[in-house]
Amino acid sequence: MSRKHGDWPLWEVFIRSRQGLSHKHVGSLHAADEVMALENARDVYTRRQEGLSIWVVPAEAITASSPSEKDVMFDPANDKVYRHPTFYELPDEIKNM
Amino acid sequence: MANENASLLLWLADDALILGQRLSEWCGHAAVLEEDIALSNVALDLIGQARALLTLAGQEENQERDEDQLAYFRTDRDYRNLLLLELPNGDFGDTIARQFLFDQFSMLRYEALAKQTANPEVAAIASKAIKEVRYHAAHSAKWIIRLGDGTDESKSRIQKSIDKLWEYTGEFFMDYGCAQAWTDQGVLPSLQSFEQPWLDGVSAILREATLDIPESKWMQKGGRTGYHTEHLSYLLAEMQVLPRTYPNAKW
Repeated sequence: MSRKHGDWPLWEVFIRSRQGLSHKHVGSLHAADEVMALENARDVYTRRQEGLSIWVVPAEAITASSPSEKDVMFDPANDKVYRHPTFYELPDEIKNM
Repeated sequence: MANENASLLLWLADDALILGQRLSEWCGHAAVLEEDIALSNVALDLIGQARALLTLAGQEENQERDEDQLAYFRTDRDYRNLLLLELPNGDFGDTIARQFLFDQFSMLRYEALAKQTANPEVAAIASKAIKEVRYHAAHSAKWIIRLGDGTDESKSRIQKSIDKLWEYTGEFFMDYGCAQAWTDQGVLPSLQSFEQPWLDGVSAILREATLDIPESKWMQKGGRTGYHTEHLSYLLAEMQVLPRTYPNAKW
């Protein structure tokens, strides 16, 4: 593995925007420690007032599902339309749902 | 009085402009992308401060010079920035050491300027700038600690940078020329009064970084009276070439 950043580990960055209620993944970066990761995230991802709150998480702390298991993981939900609330009649008074 | 205000605004404005220009040379060249953006952000903050300060200096001076006239059509002898800030970037350690030594001073100066009520326009600019400079100071201090308390090589190199630049820090606190005017008006305490708080702040961070605090020695001066190092002329040549070649050029 070639490393341009010496031994700096990878961090995943999550930002909560002005309107947003939850933190959203925006990208990743390299940093030597968590303080530097937070600073770098501020400089790289919030230069245009994108955020009010930042989380950084070591990328290695994330356990991801494997693309090769996609069929097993997600296909079984395909034919279970009854799990979607599509059979309800919405009253006219409700504008936004 | 108006001209003393204009001159003192140039001290602040030129500090910000020249350091901002120097730092912008790192854009596209820093060792890692994240730090490249961080340094460019700092440079842009400084240039933003310079614009506000130069505009105000032009108004105080009352000779119909705007920010661009002041930035692009003054020669080195008319510049009033600290010598430290015009020095070439050197390696990353030199850049961080310069930034650290200056940020610690700049923070104290803007805090005082933001607090006073004798000159509300200066206070308004300082209140905006202090938020930026506090971030710059945190950023450079953390790098000093990381490099000082890092590997043998990073420690010896950052110590060398600090030792080399130390002789340019005395100029921060020299009250020569018109500095007394702002002290009399209650805008800014004497610059000399910042020396001890600055030394306390710098020493605490250097100690945390396990670095040695340089012995006080002979100090360089000249920037505030227009006697600069040879490096400033080259910097100005690059910064000013376009407006001087094509006056009134527009995007």
